[in-house]
Amino acid sequence: MAARSRAAPKTLSKVATGVSGFDELSRGGLPRNRTSLLLGGPGTGKTVFALQALVNAARIRRQPGIFVAFEEHPAQIFENAATFDWRLPALAKDGIFFLNAQLSPAAVQSGDFDLGGMLAILGAKKRELGAQWIVFDGIDVLLALLPDPGAAMREIYRLRDWLSNNDLTAIITTKTDSDESAAVNYGFLQFMVDCVIRFDRRLEQSIPVRKLEITKYRGSDFAAGEFPLGFGPAGMVVAAPEMAEIRHEASRERVSTGFAALDSMLGGGLLRGSSTLITGAPGTSKTTLSGLFAESACRRGERTLYVSFDEGGERIRRNLTSVGIELDAHFKSGLLRMYSGRTDQVNPEEHLARITALLREHRPRCIVIDPLSAIAKTGALSSARAICNRLIYRVRDENITAVITALVDGDDPQAEATALQISTIADSWIHLSYLVHGGERNRALTIVKSRGTQHSNQVRELVLSASGPALADVYSSGGEVLMGTLRWEKEAEESARKQRRRDEYGRKRRELESAEADIAARIAALQLELDRQRAELALYARDDEARQASSGRLKNERKRLRSVAAAAGTASAPARQRTARTSTAARRNGNGGRESRHGG
Amino acid sequence: MAAGSHDMAGKPARARKGDAAVTTVVVMRLYIAGGAPNSVKAIANLQAICEQHLRSSYRLELIDVCEYPQRALDDGVLVTPSLTKVSPGPATNVIGNLSDTGSVLAALGVRARAMK
Repeated sequence: MAARSRAAPKTLSKVATGVSGFDELSRGGLPRNRTSLLLGGPGTGKTVFALQALVNAARIRRQPGIFVAFEEHPAQIFENAATFDWRLPALAKDGIFFLNAQLSPAAVQSGDFDLGGMLAILGAKKRELGAQWIVFDGIDVLLALLPDPGAAMREIYRLRDWLSNNDLTAIITTKTDSDESAAVNYGFLQFMVDCVIRFDRRLEQSIPVRKLEITKYRGSDFAAGEFPLGFGPAGMVVAAPEMAEIRHEASRERVSTGFAALDSMLGGGLLRGSSTLITGAPGTSKTTLSGLFAESACRRGERTLYVSFDEGGERIRRNLTSVGIELDAHFKSGLLRMYSGRTDQVNPEEHLARITALLREHRPRCIVIDPLSAIAKTGALSSARAICNRLIYRVRDENITAVITALVDGDDPQAEATALQISTIADSWIHLSYLVHGGERNRALTIVKSRGTQHSNQVRELVLSASGPALADVYSSGGEVLMGTLRWEKEAEESARKQRRRDEYGRKRRELESAEADIAARIAALQLELDRQRAELALYARDDEARQASSGRLKNERKRLRSVAAAAGTASAPARQRTARTSTAARRNGNGGRESRHGG
Repeated sequence: MAAGSHDMAGKPARARKGDAAVTTVVVMRLYIAGGAPNSVKAIANLQAICEQHLRSSYRLELIDVCEYPQRALDDGVLVTPSLTKVSPGPATNVIGNLSDTGSVLAALGVRARAMK
């Protein structure tokens, strides 16, 4: 009967542990008022996990708890947890009761014993505190003292009954590297509990990698497989993959990359809350683009986090200054926060934990991670992958606009796809490459993908100068993108052609102008000639008048003289007539002669 | 078994009376958990050891942690049954039902008495 009621729990209720990532893996946390078992070797994180669940319950839900320490003295546990922001000594006074259950090393064993007394003590303490949680840390230490496996099994049953009668959410931790008899014990433990989590720690490329795996969860769905874990200021962080349900709100807001030419290629900028991956070989200016993005975010007054690996923040700021990107002021004002991680000693899990803590602390709206691929240098690729995914989803959950760079060997953007596989999760993917052509290496920028955006698919040349970067138009000739000198040659050729056209036009214009001037000059000359002719004509006319006048006078004089002479004879009459005829012909010639003289 | 804390051996120790082996009074506390089998066994085993090796030169305080959990906590005792030698000499602990007489005597600092 009892077995049936256990097999079909009414409604399985869960309690969050506050272990980032684990609550997603387990779809809500540990089973409420039931027992969970944490198995693993020494230093795998069992105690931290258990303690963190207790701390979370005490701090957030004000649920008191009891921590029974079989293996370490509570003072030692406080010391170990001092790196986390839990303030254990304060909690130990109010919220968590620590019971030092270490047996004195001087204690002598004589015969069988049981947990009856201990459970009576804990029961009293539970009632006193109203405790809802209990942790038995290192129960193997106690069980190992029992004289035989039968006794151990009996005590495990005793514990189970006590727990189920006391409505406690319990966590039992036990080491798995003990001898064979202990293996029997934890086999039994696994049977009696509702949830089993295995912890593992191994060296991968001489860096310790910790992982956890849920191997059993009665009545609940859970994420199968091993997941890397690390420790940050708030405690343990598990690199859990995103749940199937994606609940990110889709923003239409555009955020500038700080690079107008790139913004226009992206159809106005990056979408708010999206993550953009920039891949490229060393020296393809991934950091410059990251810096531009960070600078423009700060200029908009948005809190920004700049995460770099293996290069200090100060060096990055200095180097960016040389391409006209000024981050110092924003750094000093506190708007920009920089975190520089070392990849030679710290494992990816730890970086994830630290970055997660910074996200909580700084609350950035924009983040740069440069280069995320550095994480893959340490530890195993599979766990690095999980951590990168976790980080990207985390950033997206908080609607932070992210620019993430990844170093790829060679110029093939597909190389990235085989390494960290960030490109599949990122919303946009910009690839920077060197195009080697005609004996030169030039930087090229391609937008490989950009979700929810109309984007240019043309390869552009990235040109860097002290005034900042620029995207040069590329010349495609015969389906080939031209860059560098080839582009320059093409440009030069183009401009020479323009120049020639300009020259040609100028020449033609000058020709026409000179022709016009020539004609005008000739018109002017003719006008002069005309004026001169008119003047001459006028002169003639005056001459003629004068002559007529004088001839009139002469006639009169002659008349007078004739009359004088008539008296003397009529012989001079024909000469008078000829003179009158000549003056008429001259007047007629003045008109007609003008035409004949200038006709040629 | 009577619950609570009381002295099992109320008689004054008869030290130095024809018995050189026992020179001082041994003060002990036995922590038990109600009528649990191991607790019952421990009481019986301890009584036998005291009878045989300590005669009456001992004082024993019996503490039932089910009734006095705070006392057990204060004394740093968790598993039951558990025997603490308070004096003479440094405090020592024996856990278990005290079925191994030799180790109990060693912890109490008492030489095993030769047979009667």
